[in-house]
Amino acid sequence: MLELTDVSAGYGSFQALFGVSLEVRAGESVAVIGPNGAGKTTLLRAISKLIELSAGEVTMEGRSLKRVPAHEVIAHGISQVPENRRLFPRLTVEENLKMGAFLPAARAKFLERREFVYSLFPRMQERRAQLAGTLSGGEQQMCAIGRALMSGPKLLLLDEPSAGLAPVIVQSIMQMVKRICAEGYTVLIVEQNIRQVLKVADRAYLLETGRIKSSGTSAELLASDEIRKAYLGI
Amino acid sequence: MKYLLLALLAGTPFYGIGNYPLHLVIMCLLWGYVYTSWSIMGRLGLVSFGHGAFLGIGAYSVVMLWNHFGVSPWIGAVAGVAVSAVVAVIIGLPCFRFKIVGHYFALVTLALSEVTRLVIVALRDQTGGSLGATPNTALAQGNAASLSALQFSDRIVWFYAILAFWLAGLWVWAKVDRGMTRLALEAISQEEEAAASIGINVTRSKLFVTLISAMMTSLGGVLYAQYQLYINPETVSGIGISLQMVFGVIAGGMYVMLGPTVGAVFTLLLAEGLRLALGDAFKQFPALDLAIYGLMLVLFIIYMPKGILGTAADAWHRHAPARAPARG
Amino acid sequence: MEFFDIFLLEAVLNGILLGGLLALLSLGLNLIFGVIDVVWICYAEMIMIGMYAVYALHVQQHWPLLAAMAGGIASVALLGALMHQFVIRPVLGAEPINQLLVTGGVLFFLQAAATLAFGIEFRNLGVKLPPVAIGEMSFSFPRLIAFAVAVGGVAATYLFLTRSYVGTAIRAISQDRAIMPLMGVNPGRIFVVTSALGGALAGLSACLLVLQYDIHPAIGLSFGPITFLICVLGGLGNMLGGLVAAFIFAQFISVGGYLFAIEWGYVIAFVFFIAVMFWRPQGILGGK
Repeated sequence: MLELTDVSAGYGSFQALFGVSLEVRAGESVAVIGPNGAGKTTLLRAISKLIELSAGEVTMEGRSLKRVPAHEVIAHGISQVPENRRLFPRLTVEENLKMGAFLPAARAKFLERREFVYSLFPRMQERRAQLAGTLSGGEQQMCAIGRALMSGPKLLLLDEPSAGLAPVIVQSIMQMVKRICAEGYTVLIVEQNIRQVLKVADRAYLLETGRIKSSGTSAELLASDEIRKAYLGI
Repeated sequence: MKYLLLALLAGTPFYGIGNYPLHLVIMCLLWGYVYTSWSIMGRLGLVSFGHGAFLGIGAYSVVMLWNHFGVSPWIGAVAGVAVSAVVAVIIGLPCFRFKIVGHYFALVTLALSEVTRLVIVALRDQTGGSLGATPNTALAQGNAASLSALQFSDRIVWFYAILAFWLAGLWVWAKVDRGMTRLALEAISQEEEAAASIGINVTRSKLFVTLISAMMTSLGGVLYAQYQLYINPETVSGIGISLQMVFGVIAGGMYVMLGPTVGAVFTLLLAEGLRLALGDAFKQFPALDLAIYGLMLVLFIIYMPKGILGTAADAWHRHAPARAPARG
Repeated sequence: MEFFDIFLLEAVLNGILLGGLLALLSLGLNLIFGVIDVVWICYAEMIMIGMYAVYALHVQQHWPLLAAMAGGIASVALLGALMHQFVIRPVLGAEPINQLLVTGGVLFFLQAAATLAFGIEFRNLGVKLPPVAIGEMSFSFPRLIAFAVAVGGVAATYLFLTRSYVGTAIRAISQDRAIMPLMGVNPGRIFVVTSALGGALAGLSACLLVLQYDIHPAIGLSFGPITFLICVLGGLGNMLGGLVAAFIFAQFISVGGYLFAIEWGYVIAFVFFIAVMFWRPQGILGGK
């Protein structure tokens, strides 16, 4: 479904990604793991066209995203949950969901998708008139994921969903993600918390200093010495 | 080189260019002086939209005191400058203490110039309101000049007087530029906290520069009143003249010493040029100069925000980096 | 009873009527600043253009009054959108002073354009409506209409901003501009829509003003600075603050003008403004 071929990107004179290639097939859940500063967030920003590629190509369902401006990426079925949630603090939970459904096609389906989100996250239904800035960390993450789902995406991008959250909350978030995958969504998660994310993902890529170092199924990676020594402290 | 040009300039009244062109040169120097006074504050990030207030206070103080109380304009000038100083402090102190900058500061100063204009209009019995005012003449009975009334019928005298002020204005600009205060203020306009942390009293420095700028501008108002012998609230106070000042400086180049003067010349030549070019048609199309003026302002800000001289200075430095030391 | 002065009450009530109108005026300016972070120094001049537009359509082209007003609103909305697209967009990243100056240039240009098109004589819509008497007090009918329409306009804007998708997007973009594309929102286009809305509010204000006052290319100077001050007083960008400040300011003008002379009412209001700046520089409801 999603294919990155030899993608290089960066910020001005600073290059963060060097010839990254990966793919996400329909129905899969794929993780991109790696340490801080590896370029994981840059990767997602490049896919969402928030930054331009300096080389390489991103295709979604066979169509290149090269000429697609940032605000049209969502129309191609790609929806992102940004790093640090980035909810609109002075809008209510429901208004945030509304913004997720801004696309004309999504507005028609607003009510049914909202019900789906509320069924996933009942807490959001309770708090729907509450200002998003006043939610707890875990609630914000739920709201952010819910907002991204409102457009009925084919591919859901998650940028470090565990960032800044307590381990218990992280676990429940990951459960949600698992349930979303079970519903049939294709998911690409970028994460620092390797142990947690590999429980959820089918496959994973290891990204270090802007380059893919290795890849494989979650089981393979969990078993690999490289990962265990460097990242799991075993 | 500079002194040669200055000498040439000083000889202007004797080139036989005629009365009206001489008047234009005087106006260029006068407004050049006023714009330079404004830019002393402006270049350090303190962009005031209210200098019309100081101009108006200077102009009206002098004329009102003379007309109603027979007070010599010399003393009237001192009074005007003093009032301007007080006003500058009243506005400046809370603004700087509370770090009011940018849009807020511009709008607060705008309020100031408008209050001034409104007070002048409201006091119409004394000031003549929107119709304006004229200093009572001291030049009856064939007197060509009255020093105590600061009135001279001979334009040449005014030329040299205003030339002197213009030069003085540039000198003050240079002093402020070179002094410790300037380094402090540049530091402040970039990073207030950092400047404060190395002991620079931010508020005091800003206030100092504001005072200088206000008092100088006020003197400009005095000169204008005494030279033109006619003032009205719209020309010397209010948002119109305040905006014009800012544009003049921006057009010429705010960060260069002669920039404001170039801006004044530019503004005046534009109005005059249009008048000449259109001739009679100008009567048919009133306010055409204002339209072009507005258009130019927009285009300048978009394409040449550093102004004529500033952009030229940039180009000069790019092509000859070894010659001119970079200006901070 | 000696203390109850019916004309003082009339002044207070007139102040409320004026407050409604000033509230509408401040709304457009606050909207633009709150969302796009730009101050339209030429805001009053845009209203002036709207007034001339209504005049031209109704008096010169003989359109029915309401149609002329609709045309006036539309023309200023268009003006707002065009101004953003061609004048403001290029300087969005520059310092605030540049944005102020660029709209300052538009101010001169609009004044000049109006002078060229309509000359400097005072124009009037020629609509005569009798005053409304309540007891000993008398109120101008246009002023009552203006108040009602202004309140309606504010309410309509509120509903638009809270209920519609575009309105919610306008509020959202002022809170987090960077992620708007992720929602499928083109930030540039939202800014243009916002500018059109700000222009429409200015146009509506123009319709209300043209009922009460003569038109002249320089009338922007008579209510422009006041509008800015009200916005700053309430907290620049804060729409609710602007409404509150508008009513307070209007009271000063109205009652002050009644107790002293008209201009002094304005002077007192201005002095009040400066006093508030001393006490609370970010405005009554302004945040940091």
